[in-house]
Amino acid sequence: MTDMVDKQVHSAADRDDPRLKDRSRSRAYLALLVVAVVLALLPLGMSDRVETIAVRTLIFAIMAVAWNLMSGYGGLFSFGHAAFFGIGAYTDAYLVVDHSVSPWIAMIVGALLAAAAGGAIAFLCLRYRLAGAYFALATFAFAMMFLLVVQNLEILHKTEGFNLPILPTYSWKMMQFAQGSRNYYWIPLGILVVALAGTIAFVGSRAGQYAQAIRDDEVAAASLGINALRYRLVTVALSCGLTAVAGAYYTQYYFFVGPDQGFGSGVSIEAMIPAVIGGIGTVWGPVIGALVVGPLAEGITSILRNPPQVLSFLQGLTGLDVAVYAVLLIVIVLFMPKGIYGTLRDRWRK
Amino acid sequence: MTILEVKGLVKSFSGLTAVNDINLEVREHEFLGIVGPNGAGKTTLFSLLSGQLPPSAGKVVFEGRDITGWSANKVAATGLVRTFQLMRPFESMSVLDNVAIASHARHRSRRAARRHALGVIERVQLERYVNSLSGSLPTAGLKRLELARALALEPRLLLLDEVLAGLVPAERAPMIELLRELHTDGVTVMLIEHIMTAVLALSERLLVMHEGAQLALGEPRAVVDDPVVIEAYLGEDYA
Ligand SMILES: Nc1ncnc2c1ncn2[C@@H]1O[C@H](COP(=O)(O)OP(=O)(O)OP(=O)(O)O)[C@@H](O)[C@H]1O
Ligand SMILES: [Mg+2]
Repeated sequence: MTDMVDKQVHSAADRDDPRLKDRSRSRAYLALLVVAVVLALLPLGMSDRVETIAVRTLIFAIMAVAWNLMSGYGGLFSFGHAAFFGIGAYTDAYLVVDHSVSPWIAMIVGALLAAAAGGAIAFLCLRYRLAGAYFALATFAFAMMFLLVVQNLEILHKTEGFNLPILPTYSWKMMQFAQGSRNYYWIPLGILVVALAGTIAFVGSRAGQYAQAIRDDEVAAASLGINALRYRLVTVALSCGLTAVAGAYYTQYYFFVGPDQGFGSGVSIEAMIPAVIGGIGTVWGPVIGALVVGPLAEGITSILRNPPQVLSFLQGLTGLDVAVYAVLLIVIVLFMPKGIYGTLRDRWRK
Repeated sequence: MTILEVKGLVKSFSGLTAVNDINLEVREHEFLGIVGPNGAGKTTLFSLLSGQLPPSAGKVVFEGRDITGWSANKVAATGLVRTFQLMRPFESMSVLDNVAIASHARHRSRRAARRHALGVIERVQLERYVNSLSGSLPTAGLKRLELARALALEPRLLLLDEVLAGLVPAERAPMIELLRELHTDGVTVMLIEHIMTAVLALSERLLVMHEGAQLALGEPRAVVDDPVVIEAYLGEDYA
């Protein structure tokens, strides 16, 4: 025992004190690598129908990973991520359709615009000391405002939205491939993997640690010399930029975006729900949540389009997806308040 | 040399004057004790000095710079660091990461920050809890964590708000020893404390506050024996 105490006293000087090892980080990267390889191989045995579901799930996952950065790690609950998804989707549509810009470029431009917009919105909210539910409501209001503006802007085709032209040749540059090409799956998978690697890196970085400290206790963080506003805005910008990338890919994949697909309040819910269900403030929660919500959303869509005999009354109904999310949310909040991943992890640790 | 100069410092909360015209010069390397009954305004004074609260009137000069009205993070960055009487751990983080947050002020990389933090944790004898979630610490551990985070910033003026409270007597002695060591190392300390033996053992000067005002300031023994002080404050204990 004395021996151990002795060792510990001297260990601060040790370069490789075992207590300093952050094993969770290297383990997370390893897990990501495995998941990435498995998911990359999946489409080899996939039908086209399954691929559509898979792509939708991937888009959900990217949105949820993005939302989780700001609301999970940053503690700023956003109820208006549609604003940033819409900026991404519309920037892509506008630049690709009207100016024949490469979607890759459009994606980056959209991400920068969304990061700036998100930063400005968060700055205003924080400047006027909106917190908690008030902050969430303010983000919701901004998203609604964007929706109204877009619906009335001639340059964005008002309520009509944009249809992407189908180009005569396939190319990576214009992100267009033969119908059923697996590239449509691999691209969002690549984006998701980069986003997850970025999340793991961010969480363990100085900025990410600061963000979490500010979330836990802003006053204490400030007393340690941390500029809370600055690091909050960094987190918000990252989150909003990534959300815009998901939006841009949405436009590319569906060849269409309208005001509701881009800025509708349903989109804000879709960014939030997978993260909450899977576990906010965790790396894997949003992905696990998306695995539940993605197929569910696709299932609901197809049931509404083509209901079986017993459910024929559902034909053409809208809003069923949101109702189902609400029920799911209540169940999760009641039985797994930390989300699927958070709850399982806690149980595992015990 | 004067490290901190406080002039006519006042703080009113709608009707209540919590800090009322404090004037003070703290010398470099000094150990200043601060005592006073509950609600005397001691903690509020710290909040004014470290920028958590803006003063209603008065001036704070730290190392020759007028820092009145500066934000808390800016003040901390200049080397004036406080701890909180009501402990404020980052609950979702381990003890090591809590302290590393402060170490990051000087160490950009996570590895270097965590290594620095571990050294500080050992210094305050918290190594048993290095990888525990800070939210799960007992009171004594949280007090040490407050101190560890402040020390990790390598402050020049350290404001300690009741870091001995909640420690059992056996834990106090090493803590007092640690504070003495810090002082010897050259840190200027202002210590709010109710435990008189500790205050008297450490302080070179003693400030007594009462209802926001400065009741006495001077050599500890002389202050404690001052009849005005005995009546206003110590009287409660010795009555
Ligand atoms: N934010 C605030 N708003 C209103 N009143 C406050 C606030 N903070 C402190 N007070 C009041 O100011 C007075 C001084 O409080 P303070 O916490 O500074 O006393 P203290 O000397 O630290 O007491 P203790 O020994 O109990 O810690 C108290 O009456 C308290 O209720
Ligand atoms: Mg107090």
